[in-house]
Amino acid sequence: MMTSGAFQRRLQIRRVSGVVFAVLCLAATLAGIGALGVLLVTVAGDGLARLSWDFITSYPSRHPEEAGIKAALAGTLWLMAFTALFAVPLGIGAAIYLEEFAPRNWTTRVIETNINNLAGVPSIVYGILGLAVFVRAMDLGRSVLAGSLTMALLILPIIIVAAREGLRSVPQSIRDGSLAVGATRWQTVRFQVLPAALPTMMTGVILALSRAIGETAPLIMLGALLFIPYTPSGPMDRFTVLPIQIFNWVSRPQAEFRENAAAGIIVLLIVLLSMNAVAIILRNWFERKRSW
Amino acid sequence: MVTSETSVPIQYAAVPMKARIDNEMDTKQEPAMEVRDLSAFYGNFRALRSVTLPVPKQRISAIIGPSGCGKSTLIRCLNRMNELIPGFRVEGEVLFEGKNLYDKKVDAVEVRRRIGMVFQKPNPFPKSNYDNVAFGARINGYEGKLDEIVERALRQAALWEEVKDKLHKSALALSGGQQQRLCIARTLAIEPEVILMDEPCSALDPVATLKIEDLMRELAREYSIVIVTHNMQQAARVADFTAVMMMGEDRAGELIEYGPTNEIFTNPKEKRTEDYITGRFG
Repeated sequence: MMTSGAFQRRLQIRRVSGVVFAVLCLAATLAGIGALGVLLVTVAGDGLARLSWDFITSYPSRHPEEAGIKAALAGTLWLMAFTALFAVPLGIGAAIYLEEFAPRNWTTRVIETNINNLAGVPSIVYGILGLAVFVRAMDLGRSVLAGSLTMALLILPIIIVAAREGLRSVPQSIRDGSLAVGATRWQTVRFQVLPAALPTMMTGVILALSRAIGETAPLIMLGALLFIPYTPSGPMDRFTVLPIQIFNWVSRPQAEFRENAAAGIIVLLIVLLSMNAVAIILRNWFERKRSW
Repeated sequence: MVTSETSVPIQYAAVPMKARIDNEMDTKQEPAMEVRDLSAFYGNFRALRSVTLPVPKQRISAIIGPSGCGKSTLIRCLNRMNELIPGFRVEGEVLFEGKNLYDKKVDAVEVRRRIGMVFQKPNPFPKSNYDNVAFGARINGYEGKLDEIVERALRQAALWEEVKDKLHKSALALSGGQQQRLCIARTLAIEPEVILMDEPCSALDPVATLKIEDLMRELAREYSIVIVTHNMQQAARVADFTAVMMMGEDRAGELIEYGPTNEIFTNPKEKRTEDYITGRFG
């Protein structure tokens, strides 16, 4: 039997250890947010002054005050558009097959495991693959097309996983109801499952694209240019993208270029955060529309 | 339903006898469907053993029995809903218009078009009331005016008055009982010959339950209905015929007795049926 005094002492210790643990967890949270805050403040302090309409509409230059990100921004938009064009239909198609049609057997399990593994492959490896397959073997050159195909491969596993998540969120009872009125499996997927799964899928797609937008390594591997005084006018043109431009400026010796880099980072962050915001708005909007 | 499982004896006097047609004559009629020596398996597990059962035309047949006795498995065999489950297979036959549903030449989509199903939990599509009812007609390429098909189905399901002013509002805004009648309307819109109902009232309150039961009696003038229920009073109230199922030694479901509902409830031949319906077991 524990005496009342001993119980009280133990209770005190239990309370204190609870508080200590909560404080530690709070500190861990603040460490992450704090680091991000410091980064944003520093970048804003360095780059805001440099940010102007001229900065966005000028080509790169040897003179830091004249240099701009027009080529890189255009390159990023071209690259993203083509990446989405390749990755979204393929990713959603693969997800639909795996989730709705594939037999549950050994082959399917092997494919699923490998897709999950692919999501973890370092991006530089995709760069090497892109260089060997798209640039050299298919002779596409160091073009927007080769770059976006590589990026599409890179985010394909992420899109597949996200799209399957969306399909799985649709209750089986909806499929049953559709099949029970004589719909084929394809009609069930097309008219019931896909519309219901779309918001979750779109969120996943946008998040995957926002990962691609920040990727640098595979494009450097592919040989995206560091300095181009023009914007791509077609998929076969050479290109550069925002992170590469930023990387290029940071590695210059002149301090002024570092201000340009900071301003470039701000533009990249704005593009990225607006994509994420769109994802969140879409999800909330659709979730208010449906509930089961 | 508001009843206690253990109340013995249960009052079955409320059975609407007048609504019943002469059962003697019924049994001689050609059935709508016939289950013959049907066994069902999930992988290696045997869920049903050698069930033989008729589904009489334009009558309500209830399948009752304790949990896990294979009632749902059996009813889902009648429109091939089970075959979507990996590892599921059947042995034996389910005859519909003299043809075995499980024949290789028979298309499951056609089967489900002609043998409709209403599920345990109301499962309207997350769309408007109108689109819910019109969906089956649309995908099956029905000729004729969709508006008329929708109205007729909703009237048949006794839901028209309640939803006629909100046809294009979300079906998810309806109450549970209304949703279930919407699911019935959705089934009626494709003009099936048989309607399968898998515990259609288990998620509903007593008032909504009574509405569905009235509706079933109404529908039985035109359709052959099979209902699975774990509520014996419900079977007693609505069904013309009742099949009692139990779990065997190896947990496989077996049909232990079948007959006109009033005979099953007043004069069961099997001891196990009597134990079950008097609440001594199950």
